[in-house]
Formats: sequence, C-alpha cells, structure tokens
Amino acid sequence: MSNAFRLAWRHLCFHRLRTAILVLCLTLTLSLPLCLRFLVNRFQTQLRARAAATPLIIGAPGSQFDLAISTLYFDAKPPPSISMETANYVSNSGLATAIPMHVRFRAKKFPIVGTTLEYFTFRESKIMAGTPLIRVGDCVLGSAVAKTLGLKPGDRLLTDPENVFDLAGSYPLNMRIVGILAPSDTPDDRAVFIDVRSAWIIEGIGHGHQGLESENDDNLILKKTDNTVTASAAVMQYTEITDANVASFHFHGTPDQFPISSVIAVPPDDASGTKLMGRFVSDSSKVRMVEPPKVVEQLLAIVFRVKKFFDAAAWLIGVVSILFLILVTLLTLRLRKREMETMFKLGCSRGTIAQLQLAEMAIVLGISLVLALCVAGLVQRFGTELLQRVLM
Amino acid sequence: MIAVTDLVFQYPSSPFEIRIGELAVSGSESIAVVGPSGSGKTTLLNLLAGILEPNSGRIVVGETQLTGLSDAQRRNFRIANIGFVFQDFELVDYLNVRENILLPCFINSSLPATADIKQRADKLAGSMGIGDKLNRQIHRLSQGERQRVAICRALLTEPKLLLADEPTGNLDPANKSHIVELLTNYVRESEATLVAVTHDHSLLPQFDRTVDFNGLLTAVPSS
Repeated sequence: MSNAFRLAWRHLCFHRLRTAILVLCLTLTLSLPLCLRFLVNRFQTQLRARAAATPLIIGAPGSQFDLAISTLYFDAKPPPSISMETANYVSNSGLATAIPMHVRFRAKKFPIVGTTLEYFTFRESKIMAGTPLIRVGDCVLGSAVAKTLGLKPGDRLLTDPENVFDLAGSYPLNMRIVGILAPSDTPDDRAVFIDVRSAWIIEGIGHGHQGLESENDDNLILKKTDNTVTASAAVMQYTEITDANVASFHFHGTPDQFPISSVIAVPPDDASGTKLMGRFVSDSSKVRMVEPPKVVEQLLAIVFRVKKFFDAAAWLIGVVSILFLILVTLLTLRLRKREMETMFKLGCSRGTIAQLQLAEMAIVLGISLVLALCVAGLVQRFGTELLQRVLM
Repeated sequence: MIAVTDLVFQYPSSPFEIRIGELAVSGSESIAVVGPSGSGKTTLLNLLAGILEPNSGRIVVGETQLTGLSDAQRRNFRIANIGFVFQDFELVDYLNVRENILLPCFINSSLPATADIKQRADKLAGSMGIGDKLNRQIHRLSQGERQRVAICRALLTEPKLLLADEPTGNLDPANKSHIVELLTNYVRESEATLVAVTHDHSLLPQFDRTVDFNGLLTAVPSS
C-alpha cells in the first residue's frame, strides 16, 4: 500500500493545480458546516449569556426584538424614545435599580451608549486603562474600539454627524477619551460609553456657548432684558467640552422629559421584579417591559429555523462535492487509461490499480480534512472577535 | 522457448479472428514479425505475454504452458519472465527516470524494490547511456532516451522473453538501429528470446529471423 501512496502522491504533486482545486473544494465543503455549527453555537451562547444577565428592559411599545437587541447589543434600529421619567419612576419605586440607556449615535461607526455609572457596576466592567467617566463630554471606549481605532486615554473621538444635509441638526461632539474597558467578549467591547447627559448634548438638548450676560455685540444679542438674553445664530456653540467651558453647558427643558432609548431594570429579587412587571403591564400603552431571556429564545428559534436551511445547503454542497470528486476521478481514469493498461501489462493487478485510485482519493480527502480542521480551529480562535463584528 | 500450436483467438463481440497453426522460437533467438497494420501482430504479443487468453490452442513459454493458467498465475508469470517494450514508450510522466525503471516494483507486491534491484536499475541506466539522467523528469528526455528508459524497465527483471511492439516506431534512423542493437545484444548475452513487431524492413538484418505474420496464419475452416 505504501507504493500506492507513493505513486498517488507523485501523481498529485505533478498535477498541482488540479489537486489544489480539488483540495480547495473539499476543504470548503468540510469546513463550512463545521464553522457554521461553531459560530451558531457561540452566537447562541453569547446571546443567551447577555440576555440572562439582563433581567428586565423597559422601552417604547413596538418591536420587542428591536428593543432587546438595541439595549443588549447596541444593534438594530433604535426603538422609539421614551422619557427619562420612566427611569426615575423605576428608581423611585424602590423595586429595581434603573439604568437609562441612550443608544442612537455613533462614532466612527461604533455605537455610542449614553448611560450612567451604574451600568458599569451592573456589567462588572473593569477599566483596563485610564479612569471611568468623570464629566460630560468624556467617553470610555470598549477594548475592541480602542484597538481598532488605535486610541488611548487622552485622545479625542468625534461623533459621526447624523445627517450632513440637516443644517439645524446636532453638531458632532469632540469627546475626550478618559478610559478603556477591559475585554469582556461582549458587545461592550465594540461600544463607546458616555454619560447620558453627553448623549443629550449630542442630541442638541444641552449645549454650551460663549457667555452673553456681559456681551453687547449687536450681531450676537437680539434682545436683552433684566431676566433674559435672546442670542442670534451667530453665537458660537462649543463642539468640545473642556475644563474651561464645562460650566457653560446647560440643558433646556425638564430633565424628566429628556429622551432615552430604554431602561435596564435590575430588581434586587424575583418578587420585586414581578411587582415591577405588574405595574408596567397595567400601563402598557406608554411603555412596555420585556424579559430579555424570553425575547432571545424567540429570536433563537427563528435563527435555528434558518439554520436548518443552512444545514440542508451544507449537506447538498457535500453531496455535490462528492459527486464532483467521483466525476473527476472517473475522468482522470479515462485520461490515464493508457497508463493503467501499461501498468496492467507490466503485471499490475486490477486490485493494485484500484488501490492507486483509492490512495489518491485518501490523500486528497486527508489533506482537505486537515485543512478544514485548521480553518475550524482558526474560526474557533478568532470566532469570538468575528461574532462581535457580526453582532455589532 | 516459445511454442504456439493451433492457436485460435477472437475478441469478444468482434469478427476479428487470428488462427496460427504453429510458431516456434528457440532460446537466444531474436525474431522480427512483419505484416500489414491491423493483421493481429500486437494481439499475438499480448497472447504470448498472457495478457489475452486464446479461445483454443496451446502457448508454451519456456517450461510453462500459459493456456490453462488463471489470471493471477499468468500475471505472476509475466512479472517474472517477460519484458515489454512499447512503440510509444509508455513511460509514466509524473515519475523520474529511476522511478520509471523501477515501476514494475512499485506496482507488484511480488517484486519488492530491494537494494539489489535498485542497483541493477542504476547499472542498466548506465549501460544504456542514461546513467546521469536518473533523477530527470521524463518530459526533459529526447525520444531516444525515453525508449532507452523503457528498455531498462523491460530488462529490470532479467526476463527470459522480451516482447517489443514497434520499438523503433517513434525514433530517428540512428536511434532505431541502436535500440535494436541494445535489444539483440541483451538476447545474446542473457540467452533470452526476443519477439519484435516492426514495419521497418531496414532493421530486419539485425534480427536472427524474420517471420511474415500473414504466413503464420491459417485459413478459417469452412463450416
């Protein structure tokens, strides 16, 4: 048999291109279901873990998937806003800790999450470099964001403009990076965290500008009374919050009515959670409460239904590839008819000729299998990062 | 060495048939078989090699009667006693010169590539003037060199019967004569038998005897 492998190996080496194409086809066929299974399992584990760690989410009525995905993974279309009043209501009820979430803006395509310091305590996030959020205008980067953008504490990060054609829209805010979170293999790695008040500033609810009380320039002041100063559009608005101008930042309106995307409610026990749910069930017209584990299970059920089609496709590709391999072998046999006849005349048995063919197929399959395992290993090694990108 | 008596052979589902009343070739004799294309000369070689089995009649090579042997027995006999040289050389393009000479060892478990055999392959190549090309790929050899590799392969097992099917068909005149000389020299030195099919009448004087294939054939009996 060793001679059969020797001849088969020499034949495969001589026809390198044909062998390479065969090996590539088989490697892809073998690695596809392996990688898909692995990624789906990891995807499922990560989705479930994140959902299980987040007991309750409150948001606007509408798609429960959008609400859960946006709050948990900072992905999907942002759900309609609710007011900060909801977070205060939960907090004042004493039934749960309320963590407001504002997920609408992006910086260099990464989601900006406006929240409070309770979020970091709740997620048990660790600061890898720098400090937690100190004041408005500061941001803390997820580890993957810092790595991808090559940023460190002390650097600046500009928010993405919402709509370049909307002159009345919010201006990009130049944020100060104060810290980098330690990697957690969660969507937090690929997010930019700011104080919820910073999010409101980006939204245009809060702003800072040059002092007008002592200003007498007619270009800047439209009207001045004892109590109010009406400024013109020429007043310079700050797009960067610094220690020097932070005091000039202020908000217009009632803080209770400021928008947020959702509220993560963390009840101290199941009973408190149940009571809180009861309150929101009876008041479901304004806001709704969802249980992330249940929402994610529904989502996974859809994913697995889709996965069945992928599995069927993988089987089909496998069958087609095997037929392709058989076809190539049969065509090769026709091409090598004279060679086989010569071998037969030289005393080679038909069994040995079959061994030669089998040895070739075994080598091609063996190499393909090893390569497929390497690909699967690479996916296992870098799959988490890949998933983070997919989930973002 | 070779005795063929009352041989009848017909390919399955084909009207082609050959009938040979008698053919005898002694040891140390080289014969050239001539005749028109398609008359059955190659079929005769395949019958003598035990590749084809006659419908009736007797073929005796040396002390062995080939008719009546099983496929495996005929194959073993062929490995041990018969060397083949083909018109198109029939070398394996993905093996180098040494591996081509040793090919019978790679495809027959009863013929292991021992150190002695390997040494013999190198020696044969040296005697054929291709000793410095043992590691060369076949496509880098000239036609004459390729046929010499094929002859080395045929002589590897020191066969008692050498069958050559148009061994000079693809060679230039100088190489033709040299190749036939190599084959006939081997026959003389090893007391072997050579049966060569050829169309080239200029080479016939180099053989001990010429046999007209049509003269061998007997008429089909009328039914």
